[in-house]
Amino acid sequence: MKRNAFMGGRIRNWIAAAILALGALAPAAASAQTLLNVSYDPTRELYDAINAAFVADWRAKTGQAIRVNQAHGGSGAQARAVIDGLAADVVTLALAYDVDAIAARGLIAADWQKRLPHNSAPYTSTIVFLVKRGNPKGIKDWGDLIKPGVQVITPNPKTSGGARWNYLAAWAWAKRQPNGSDATAKSFVQALYKNVPVLDTGARGSTVTFAQRGIGDVLLAWENEAFRAINEFGREKFEIVVPTISILAEPSISVVDRNVDRRRTRALAEAYLNFLYTPDAQAIIAANHYRPREPQYAKPADIAQFPKLELLTVDQEFGGWAKVQTTHFADRGVFDQIYTPGAR
Amino acid sequence: MAMTTPTLQAPPALATTTEPPAVRRGLIAGALAFIALFLVMPLAVVLAEALRRGVGTYFEAITEPYTLAAVKLTLIAAAVAVPLNLVFGLTAAWAIAKFEFRGKSLLITLIDLPFSVSPVIAGLIYTLMFGAQGWVGPWLIEHDVRIIFALPGIVLATVFVTFPFVARELIPLMQDQGTDEEEAAALLGASGWQIFFRVTLPNVKWALLYGVLLCNARAMGEFGAVAVVSGHIRGVTNTMPLHIEILYNEYKFAASFAVASLLALLAVVTLVAKVLLEWRFGHELAHNRGR
Repeated sequence: MKRNAFMGGRIRNWIAAAILALGALAPAAASAQTLLNVSYDPTRELYDAINAAFVADWRAKTGQAIRVNQAHGGSGAQARAVIDGLAADVVTLALAYDVDAIAARGLIAADWQKRLPHNSAPYTSTIVFLVKRGNPKGIKDWGDLIKPGVQVITPNPKTSGGARWNYLAAWAWAKRQPNGSDATAKSFVQALYKNVPVLDTGARGSTVTFAQRGIGDVLLAWENEAFRAINEFGREKFEIVVPTISILAEPSISVVDRNVDRRRTRALAEAYLNFLYTPDAQAIIAANHYRPREPQYAKPADIAQFPKLELLTVDQEFGGWAKVQTTHFADRGVFDQIYTPGAR
Repeated sequence: MAMTTPTLQAPPALATTTEPPAVRRGLIAGALAFIALFLVMPLAVVLAEALRRGVGTYFEAITEPYTLAAVKLTLIAAAVAVPLNLVFGLTAAWAIAKFEFRGKSLLITLIDLPFSVSPVIAGLIYTLMFGAQGWVGPWLIEHDVRIIFALPGIVLATVFVTFPFVARELIPLMQDQGTDEEEAAALLGASGWQIFFRVTLPNVKWALLYGVLLCNARAMGEFGAVAVVSGHIRGVTNTMPLHIEILYNEYKFAASFAVASLLALLAVVTLVAKVLLEWRFGHELAHNRGR
């Protein structure tokens, strides 16, 4: 009986201790103003560097200590999270369409793309091929990707911005071949996806699949992602193949109006995005292998890394993202028609 | 005492197996090899990878601010989810084992639901409920209450996936024990709370602790459900399992395995506690297991 009473008392003590522990562990109210930048997959290292520079710059100008939080994932998935209530102050996504998707729900003003210079894209990139050192499969251009026995790694265009650029670049190349048309482009892209053994949800997932796990012969990658993979894994392992034609990828940025007005962070959020266009930030952008809009501010050595190739724009080739989305990536769009998981 | 030969000490009628020793040893070796291959080796690989760049890098990785924030968040989520499930599991098991009521089998099925539902669905349920496009989300956001992409959502998802553990441990044991002792206590004039704390609880305490340990292990390790509701904000809503994936995707393989080893260590501590309990109170737990 005594033991049982002791037991009961101990349970009560445990509960009391648990409540106390919770009180102690509960996160203290953040004193410094914070900003949340919801971005896409490969920009992790870029914004690590940008955030450090911006925080220092802001402190020098205003004396305030601030903190910039980051969230990364597939661009489409990130847009979805913001729509579902992720309290992003700014979004820096892989393509304009994903920002449009947020704007369509009323969280961002419809004219967001006109609010900042260069279509609200402070840096651009393109799509290149990453292959194993020595290019054992002899991949030179898009046409080599549909050869039998070539395994292509690219993420899922439904969730990944980079994957949509990959898809569109392949389409644009095929259409520009002799006798090219939408029909030949469609069958080319279909043949290409037959060679894809695994669709990751984001660009970084695909890079890890290819570079770390060693799956596939060629990775369709953001140029910046391809450079980073070579830096991480070594020049003796991988090399970049530049196709004859690729696409001008314009990752888009915007303040999320609904969130900054509610959190009263508009001034800070706008300063953050404007900072991306400053000489300091443009130099950081080039050092992280993105093509800066103002190359004169970057180190010449960083600019020299970017090969020259013909870059097509979505607006010219496809009539804009809204059209691309409904034609190609919406449910039962072209991508759904050509890609059947497991059918190869 | 005249029985000196081994064959006489173990008469055939009492032998538990009839297989020749070679087969028995083969089976044991097979089981051990399997455990070594699928359990011990991967754990060893995690440790080896974590320490590949040296002890300095290891400690740097596990004391880095984002990692510390992830550890803290994981411990908070477990510290909220486990007591909640302890109270719920105890009350549910008590109601089910000691009382007869309509809808009892439905209740048991509902308790098992999180076992059969994929954790991703669990996360999506809360997104659909509390998301900005969800049922109650817009109202909550209007009033500055954040559920998903914040601590409450992570706790909710953790509670959901760890929901059945305590109840599932307790129900068979309590059903086996029946209501005799409680009835006797009631006849002797004990109040409801007295019966609970002096009769029911002491009878199930080890099974309860066992359920809590399992619940805790799962709460700290949950990935899928938490990934959906987390929002992946570094240093804010990343739990340890999510942080491990992020580090891995950032090519920080050593750091990623260092944090993984930390999480594995937490799991090992839990499992060692479980083994110790089984070793000391094996018969009670065996009673519980034989459902």
